[in-house]
This record gives sequence, structure tokens and C-alpha cells, in this order.
Amino acid sequence: MIDLHGYGPRLAEGALITIELAVLSLMLAIVLGLMTASAKMSRNWLAHRIATLYTTVIRGVPDLVLMMLLFFGGQIGMNMVTDQLYERFGVDIFININEFIAGVLTIGLIFGAYMGETFRGAFLAVDSGQIEAARAYGMNHWLVFRRIRFPQMMRHAIPGLSNNWMVLLKTTALVSVIGLSDMVRVAAEASKATREPFTFMIIVAAIYLLIASVSEWGFARLQKRYNVGFTEAD
Amino acid sequence: MADTPIPLEVRNITKRFGDAEVLKGLSLKAHKGDVITLIGASGSGKSTFLRCMNLLEQPDEGEVIVHGEEIRFRQTKCGREPADWKQVVRMRAKLSMVFQSFNLWAHMTLLQNVIEAPVHVLGKPRKEAIAHARGLLDRVGLGEHADHFPAQMSGGQQQRGAIARALAMEPEVMLFDEPTSALDPELVGDVLKVMRDLGEEGRTMIVVTHEMAFARDVSSQVIYLHQGRVEETGPPGEVLGNPRSERLRQFLAPKH
Repeated sequence: MIDLHGYGPRLAEGALITIELAVLSLMLAIVLGLMTASAKMSRNWLAHRIATLYTTVIRGVPDLVLMMLLFFGGQIGMNMVTDQLYERFGVDIFININEFIAGVLTIGLIFGAYMGETFRGAFLAVDSGQIEAARAYGMNHWLVFRRIRFPQMMRHAIPGLSNNWMVLLKTTALVSVIGLSDMVRVAAEASKATREPFTFMIIVAAIYLLIASVSEWGFARLQKRYNVGFTEAD
Repeated sequence: MADTPIPLEVRNITKRFGDAEVLKGLSLKAHKGDVITLIGASGSGKSTFLRCMNLLEQPDEGEVIVHGEEIRFRQTKCGREPADWKQVVRMRAKLSMVFQSFNLWAHMTLLQNVIEAPVHVLGKPRKEAIAHARGLLDRVGLGEHADHFPAQMSGGQQQRGAIARALAMEPEVMLFDEPTSALDPELVGDVLKVMRDLGEEGRTMIVVTHEMAFARDVSSQVIYLHQGRVEETGPPGEVLGNPRSERLRQFLAPKH
């Protein structure tokens, strides 16, 4: 049996952090993605511009750079604000950016931009006659979205969504640079201490692969659910 | 005479797409039980006119009055639009539309399609809506197909399903936008049969169609449109039997 030199529990905790981080980031990314897609499709000039700026910046800057920018830069910015508060108003507070929250925000923000494009394409793929019928039958905007547009859009979005999720999952490994003890960081520490990098890295790889396989199965089921009523051809 | 309001009246509707004026002041009044057919060459504006009645297209000028209630409009930068979308939603629920390409919701079974708007728009109890829907599906000959998805049915079946969906709203007026134009010739008959029955039982209907036999046999009024204007209108016997304008004579002449 593989000897983990007592790192087993910490590795398990790290794996849990990875999963929590990934799931919360995914949720944030989906919300941001839906908002971005709606903004890009709206007639509102300002919303359109903001969404375009967002996707351009995020997609054009490396994830690692963004993460350090937001975390370290965010901390410095926050300190400047609290310093000002102290000098001007005598308010003495110190806000420490939590690594986990910073991780979720950064990854969510990055993948929100990619999701935005996925959702936009998926929304555009919905036959306009379907939406028109919903409007003609007296559905308001929200009802059209909830009952017709969203379920039909998901069918087109799931392949892209699933792909984004896989990339997102692996991107969580980057949070170790901002000091979060996800499983990659724990494994890196253990490797150094025990001089057995292969043992720990192969375990980490296996865990990522396991999560990915389970998600693939989950997405296949979702795809099936949203494909109901459609033939492969359309 | 006027105890109940007129189901649908539109006055002086104009519509422009860019520089092209496609509707040049069209009016129509549908009394209870009227079957009004709109005929005309493609590009005459008949479908656009129909779509202005439930505001799928926004008319640039003119009034739309549903069951005595006039739709309020306001002017914006992008043109005229309804002042109160809630009013539009309420009014659309009184008008059911049947589309050329059926537009049954593809992710729902036929039965789900039929109960969708009654349950979610009208707030009808689900059980009641299902019972009503089953009756309507039997009526259009699709009782066996309640649990099928649109993609599993022929065009004619889908269109009859769409008619059941329209009936489920218990509408004041039914709007038909070329309901048989996308169908294979052998499937047209079944759909027209259902529509004839509806006309005979006193449904108020406005039908855009190329089916002259339907216009002649079922309608109470025929309107012939040409380039966004009413060229000729009246009872089918007069308009179709004895056309006054040369253009309508040519339009009605056998094409082959």
C-alpha cells in the first residue's frame, strides 16, 4: 500500500477544498455568464459595452496573472481604502482578503466570461418561432425565459458548459499560489518534505481524474434530460 | 345590440420596415362569430397585418382594441411601443395564434404544450387544464398522441395540435397565419376540416390563407390586400365570385 507519511487527512481536506472551490466558482460563473450573455444580446448600449469589455479583458489576460492581480492587488487596494478611512474619519479597521473567497471570486470571474460566450451562442441557437409562440400566448418576459428559452438553450449550452467545467476544475490548482491549501498545495508540500513527488502527484492526478469522470457522467445525464423531444439531427 | 364588446378591432394600422411602408392604414372589425380571411399575393402585408393585431409586430400608427380595451402606446427613440406590457400580455391571452410553422414547444409533449399557457398564464388548476386538453386533443383527432413530442408527429398532426393549444386558451379571437402553407398537400385537408368545424361552431377567427375554397366556404368576410392596402373587401360571394378589380381577377385566375 502507498505510504502517505501521515499526509492522508490533509490531502483529503485539500481535495474537499478543491471541490468546494470548483463548485462555488462554477455557480458564480454561471450567474455571471447568464448576465453577460443577456447584456450582449440586449439593445442597451451601455450593458453591451460593459459585457464586451469584461469578456475582452478576462479572455485576454492569463488566469494566473488575473488571480495574483485580484488577490495581491485587491489586498493593497483594500489597505489603501482602510488607511484613508483611518486618516480621514478615524475608523480603524483592517480587512484581510480571505484566500478562499478570493479564489472563488477570481475563478468565477474568469469563467463567467467564457460561460457568457457559451450561453450567448446557445441562446441564439433557439428557434425564434418557439419564443414567438410563447409571447403570443401571453407569457411575460420572465415566464418565456423560465419555461421556454432557458430549457431549450440548455440543450445547446451543455457541451460548452461541460467543457468549461473541466477547465475550471483544473484551474483551481492555481489557487495554491495565493496560499490556499487545496490538494495541489498539500501534495507539493508533502512532496518536498518526503522527497516522494511521484507518490503524491499521482494521487492528486487520480483524484482530479475521478472528479472529472463523475462530472462527465453527470453532464451526459443532463444532456439527455435537455435533449428530450429533440432528435439528434436538429 | 352592443351588450358585449367587439372581440377585436384595429384601426388605421401602418407599419414601416426601414423606408418601406408595408401597411398603409388598415382597419378591421371582428364581431363575435366572424370568420375574416385575409388574402393577397406574398408581400401584400397580410401576415404583418395579422402580427400587428397581437403586437408581435409593433404598428407605427393605429389603434388595437381587444374586447373593448384599447392598447396604450408610447413613443420612444426606437419607435412606438406599448406603454404597458402587462396590458399586452393580458390582451394576448385573449387572442390565440396558430403559426405557419406550428411552433409547438419542442421540449414538451403535445399535452404539455396544450396545458402550458392555461396553467402558467391563466393560472388554471393543472388537473382541470389536463382534462380540458384531453378533450380538445380528442376533438382534433390526436387523443392517441398526447404524450408524443412534436418531432414525433407529422406536420398536419403538429398543426392540429397547435390548434388544440390555441383552443385551450378559450380565446376571444383565433389568429391563423397561413396555417396550411407549410404542409404537404395530402395533410392540408385534415387541418382545414378542423378549421371549418371551428368556423361553423361560431368561433371568431381571422385567417391569413391561400386556400380560396376555405375563404369561399367558411368566411363571413374576405379582405384582399395589395401592397399594404385593402383593394377589395366584402362577403366571399361578392369578392371571390364577382371581383371588381382587375388585380384581384388576376390573383384569383388559375395559375396553370
